[in-house]
Amino acid sequence: MTAALRARGLGRSYGRLWALSDCTLDVPAGRVVGLVGPNGAGKTTLLHLAVGLLTPSTGTIEVLGGRPAAGPAQLAKVGFVAQDSPTYAGLSIEDHLQLGARLNPGWDDALARDRIRRLGLDLTRRAGKLSGGQRAQLALTLGVAKRPELLVLDEPVASLDPLARREFLQDLMEAVAEHELSVVLSSHLVSDLERVCDHLIVLVASRVQLGGDIDTLLATHHRLTGPRRDPARLPADQHVISASHTDRQSTLLVRTEAPILDPAWTVDQVGLEDLVLAYMGQSATDRRDAGRPPTLEVQR
Amino acid sequence: MIWLTWRQLRGGALTVGALLAVLAVVLGLTGPGLADDYSTTIAACSSQGGGCAGFVERFFEDNRITFLAAAAVVLVLPALIGVFWGAPLITRELEAGTHRLVWNQSITRTRWLAVKLVVTGLAAMTAAGLASLAVTWWSSPVDKAAEDFPRMEPLLFAARGIVPVGYAAFAFALGVTVGMLVRRTLPAMAITLAVFVAAQIAMPLLVRPHLVAPVRSTVEITPSNVTGFVRGPDGVLLVEATATSPDDWVLSSHVLDAAGHAVDAVEAPSSGPCAPSTAPAEEATGPEDDPQVAACLADLGRLGYRLEATSHPAGRFWPFQWYETGIYTALALALAGFCTWRIRRHVS
Repeated sequence: MTAALRARGLGRSYGRLWALSDCTLDVPAGRVVGLVGPNGAGKTTLLHLAVGLLTPSTGTIEVLGGRPAAGPAQLAKVGFVAQDSPTYAGLSIEDHLQLGARLNPGWDDALARDRIRRLGLDLTRRAGKLSGGQRAQLALTLGVAKRPELLVLDEPVASLDPLARREFLQDLMEAVAEHELSVVLSSHLVSDLERVCDHLIVLVASRVQLGGDIDTLLATHHRLTGPRRDPARLPADQHVISASHTDRQSTLLVRTEAPILDPAWTVDQVGLEDLVLAYMGQSATDRRDAGRPPTLEVQR
Repeated sequence: MIWLTWRQLRGGALTVGALLAVLAVVLGLTGPGLADDYSTTIAACSSQGGGCAGFVERFFEDNRITFLAAAAVVLVLPALIGVFWGAPLITRELEAGTHRLVWNQSITRTRWLAVKLVVTGLAAMTAAGLASLAVTWWSSPVDKAAEDFPRMEPLLFAARGIVPVGYAAFAFALGVTVGMLVRRTLPAMAITLAVFVAAQIAMPLLVRPHLVAPVRSTVEITPSNVTGFVRGPDGVLLVEATATSPDDWVLSSHVLDAAGHAVDAVEAPSSGPCAPSTAPAEEATGPEDDPQVAACLADLGRLGYRLEATSHPAGRFWPFQWYETGIYTALALALAGFCTWRIRRHVS
C-alpha cells in the first residue's frame, strides 16, 4: 500500500529562517492523522508542502506516491481546506458548487448538494455572508465532494466555537467513514485531535518530535512514580522524556517497548495530552542543549 | 475554468460594458448629425466661393469639447483596464487566500493563470477596440477640421485606430505582472498606473519617432510657408516656418543658413529689404499681407537661407499603428509568459 505521506529530509526556508527542517515521516494510507504543535511550529508549512502550494527547499515529499500538485491527476487525489477556510466572498454557495463541478473531473454533485441541504444552507447565499462555521462547512464540502483519496485540513476548527467544533469534527468523521479517506488535520490543541485521530505527529520549532499511531504511542509511554532517583540510572531501553522531582519522589515519563519490571515504581497510563506536552517540553530542553540530535521518532 | 474566469470578471465586465454602451449611444446619436453638419458646412462655404478655413475652424470649435472628451475615453480606458482588471487578478486571490482554494482543485495553476490571462486579456482588448472604433468613426469629420490636432501627432495617434487594442493588452498584462510581484492590490494598482503612464510618455518621445527613419526635407523660405516673423530688437529676424504639410508629425524644424548650419535667429543683412532701417515696426507682422515682409523673405531666400524639417508624413499613420500595436502586443505576451513561468514556483 502506498504511503499517504512520505517525507525524507524535508525542509523549507524563508530567506534564512527555516519554517520546517529535516522532516522525515511515513504516514500510512487510511489513517486520520493529527498534526499538532504550538503556533508557528511549521504545521502550515508542512501541509502546504504536502498539497504543493510550496516547494521544498531541501529533501523530498511524496503524497500518495506522487509529487504534490504535479498535475491534474495528482491534484484530483488530494483535497485541501486551507486555514480560515477561504472562499470567494462575492460568490454564492451555488457558484462554489459550480466551481467544484467544473474544475474537478471526479466531482460528486449529489454528495455536495446533500451536504449543503443537511447543513440547512441557502444555495443563493453569498459566501461572504456566512458565519465562520458555515464557511468551514462549505470549504469542507468542496474538499470532500471532489472525492479525493487524501483530505488535508489546516486548522479546520480553529475559528469555530466549541459546539460548531464538535459538529464539524463529527461531520468530518462521517465523511471519512463513508468515503474511506485518509485525512491529515492540524491543530494546536490536542483535545481537538484526540477524539478523531488514530495517528499523531508532533511538530515543535520546525522539527518533528514524535510520530506514530496513537495506540502504539500510548502503549509505549509510561508515567513512573517512585522514590527519588537519578534518571540516568534507568535501564538502557527506557528513554526519559520528562522528569520532575520533589525532595523524596521522582516522576518520570519514559518510553520503552519492554514492560517496567522495577517494583519500586508505580506505573501509570499517560494521557495523549500529557504525552504531547512532555515532548513539547523536551524539545525546549533540547534547544538549550545544542549538539544533541533533537529529533526522536517512535517506531511503530 | 472559463466559467470561473467569466464569473469573476462579470462585475468588471458589466461596468466597462455599460460605459461602452453609454459611449456608443452618445456617439451613435450625435455622429450622423455631426457628419451632416460637416458636409453642409463645406458645401455652404464652397458655394460662397471663399475659403473654407473660417467655417471649418468654427465647426471644430463647436465640437471641441466632445472631440477631446471622446479621445480622452480611448486614452484612459487601457489604463483603467490595467489598474482594475490586471493588478487585482492575482492579488485579490492572494489577499483573500482563495488561491489556496482554487489551486487545489483538479487544475494546475499554470492552466488556471493561462485561462484567466487569455479570457480577461481578450475582453480587455475587445473593450479597447470597440471604444476606439466608435470614437474613430465619430471623430472622422472633426479630425478633418482639427488642424491643430493632426492624427499623426502623439495625442490623437494614441486615441485612434488599432493601437488602443495593443495598449489594453499591455496594460492588462502589466497589471497582472506587477500584482504578482507586489502581491498587494493597492500598491499594485498604483505602480501599474505609474509604469503604464511612463510607457505611454516614453513611446512617442523615444521609440515611435525611430520606428521608421523620419523624412528630412529642405525648402525655400516663401511667404506661404512662414508662420511667424518677428523683428527682434538687435536686428535679428526670428523666422518660424513649416516645411511640411499640416497633417505631418513634425519632429523638428529650423532655419539653415547658406553654409547649412541650423540657426536660431537670422542676422538681418545691413542692406536690402530686411535692413533694420527699413523696418516698419518692431512687432510681429503677418507675412502674407505685408509686401515689405514678403520682400525680406525673398531676400533671405536669395541669401541662401532655407528651411529644414524632419517629420513623419501623414501617410505613415497606418503603418505606424500596426508597428506600435505589434510592439505592445509582443510586450504583453512577454509579460504573460513571465507570469506563467513565475507562478509555477514563486507564488504560494
